[in-house]
Amino acid sequence: MNVVVCVKQIPDPAAPQALDPQTHNLVREGKLILDDSDSYGVEMALQLAEQAGGGEVTIVSMAPNGETSGLRTALAMGAAKAILISDEALRGSDALSTAKVLAKAIERVSPDLVLAATESTDGYTGTTPVQVAELLGLPSITFAKKVSIAGGKVTVERQTEAGYDEVECPLPAVVTVTAGVVEPRYPSFKGIMAAKSKPVDQLTVADLGLEGQVGSAGARQAITDVADADTRQSGEIVVDEGDAHERVVQFLEQLKLV
Amino acid sequence: MSIDKIWVLAEAADGSPISSTLELLTQARSMAATVEAVTWGGDAAALAGELGNYGASAVHDVGDLGGSLPGAPVAGAIAALIAGGNRPDVILVPTTYDGRDIAGRLSVKLDLPVITNVVGLSSDGDTVTSEHGVFGGAQLVHAQFTAATPWIFIVRAKSFTAEPSGGGAAPVSAVAVPELGSTGTATVLQRHVEERQGPKLDEADVVVSGGRGLGSAEAYALVEELAKLLRGAAGASRAIVDAGWVPYSHQVGQTGKTVKPTLYLALGISGATQHMVGMKGSKNIVAINKDRDAPIFSIADLGIVGDVHKVVPKLIEALKARG
Repeated sequence: MNVVVCVKQIPDPAAPQALDPQTHNLVREGKLILDDSDSYGVEMALQLAEQAGGGEVTIVSMAPNGETSGLRTALAMGAAKAILISDEALRGSDALSTAKVLAKAIERVSPDLVLAATESTDGYTGTTPVQVAELLGLPSITFAKKVSIAGGKVTVERQTEAGYDEVECPLPAVVTVTAGVVEPRYPSFKGIMAAKSKPVDQLTVADLGLEGQVGSAGARQAITDVADADTRQSGEIVVDEGDAHERVVQFLEQLKLV
Repeated sequence: MSIDKIWVLAEAADGSPISSTLELLTQARSMAATVEAVTWGGDAAALAGELGNYGASAVHDVGDLGGSLPGAPVAGAIAALIAGGNRPDVILVPTTYDGRDIAGRLSVKLDLPVITNVVGLSSDGDTVTSEHGVFGGAQLVHAQFTAATPWIFIVRAKSFTAEPSGGGAAPVSAVAVPELGSTGTATVLQRHVEERQGPKLDEADVVVSGGRGLGSAEAYALVEELAKLLRGAAGASRAIVDAGWVPYSHQVGQTGKTVKPTLYLALGISGATQHMVGMKGSKNIVAINKDRDAPIFSIADLGIVGDVHKVVPKLIEALKARG
């Protein structure tokens, strides 16, 4: 069974973030890493391919600047190869443009299953995977907390407000996975070494026939202004010396919660 | 162009519109003369009264979906309505599991972009400006579409306050679902409702959340016990959801729920921006964390620098002693 995992390389979320004052795009300088949310999809794909008794896991990603360090993490976990759509023309792409690019690249692989995170950590629009499914004419099941494959169908425990739904659809399909769907493996030393020589196929927007449709031209939305939000002031700080819980009780009393 | 007509995706649960639906109808009323609702799931007749009472003058009902996931059939039905000449200027979608599925598919069918994570909307009659919190809510970004209409906005819960308009029940008209091919094949086999005690996370007056500082999955019992004592709901940071200690449905933050309770009690939560964006609108914030430099203290009304394993059990005992 062949599985594609859509991943995003993002700036380290622990590092300070900023918007470019001119373009209002997120500043993405410096090293990019594999979005933590994507490690679950990569692990899920590896396990499903293994359970199916064979097949390849292909990583598909886009980045304006040819960055591959995050992809190497996914390859080190065990994915066979990666496709990176890398083009300056992608700068400023919105979710729909991103989906168009990913869908065109995924078509080249014709996978049985496409996995993605429910949303990225930096952009968190959460619409791209479903847009990919619609562009490819595939069914989709979002917010999976459990995924299994049997008899040409994928069965998913899908998170709901009330609990979860057991949902099924025929393959090929797109499934988005929540964190915790599986425990991602740490790349082994052997895996990290092997990843260095695994193929990363770099494509441009022109290779996919999407000139003029993606990037900031395709986004058709603009940030009009950026302002600092009202900051919330910090209040009283109490260092616990064994009785700090009493101050909490007082606070609850003031709010008439006890 | 002028904004004349807005459609609201009127998601419902247990036979009533969800609170986001009513919030969006209320906001839509202030932006356009005509507000209409789109429903699905077979309850339209029962929903029409409340939808009308919050401002919908018509209900377009996709009807019972026969177990299909709503994304493909509802998007298909809306796209068909629009292709038939019934074109709203704006479509408002709640940030829910199904709302995002519908909006994503609709965006492709119409080849139009979507603006997501909206926390505010304003209109001058011709344009609509959306508001978004970024970097944990430290900055506010305003955005507008330059695309053709309809403009699709996916709006986070609790961005507006729902207020009835006093309108009468809205007339319901059926909308047909076109042929969907394989896109419509995702089917619900069985629904599992998990036992829930106390109020819902996003409706509770008190939310007690736990983070990595709890140290282990077992220690989450402290969070649950305190939440129960305060008749509140138990929440979690992304870190402990990712670690598998508690289900995703407990997650508060950018990728989880937005909560605005009277009291938010953060236990062992450092305050990553991803978490703060979901709870900084709380009226009162109390944080207990052993790291004096934890960012959560910068927004807490009361910060206790201490070990949750020492402070919380004493707090629980003190509350129990009061009966």
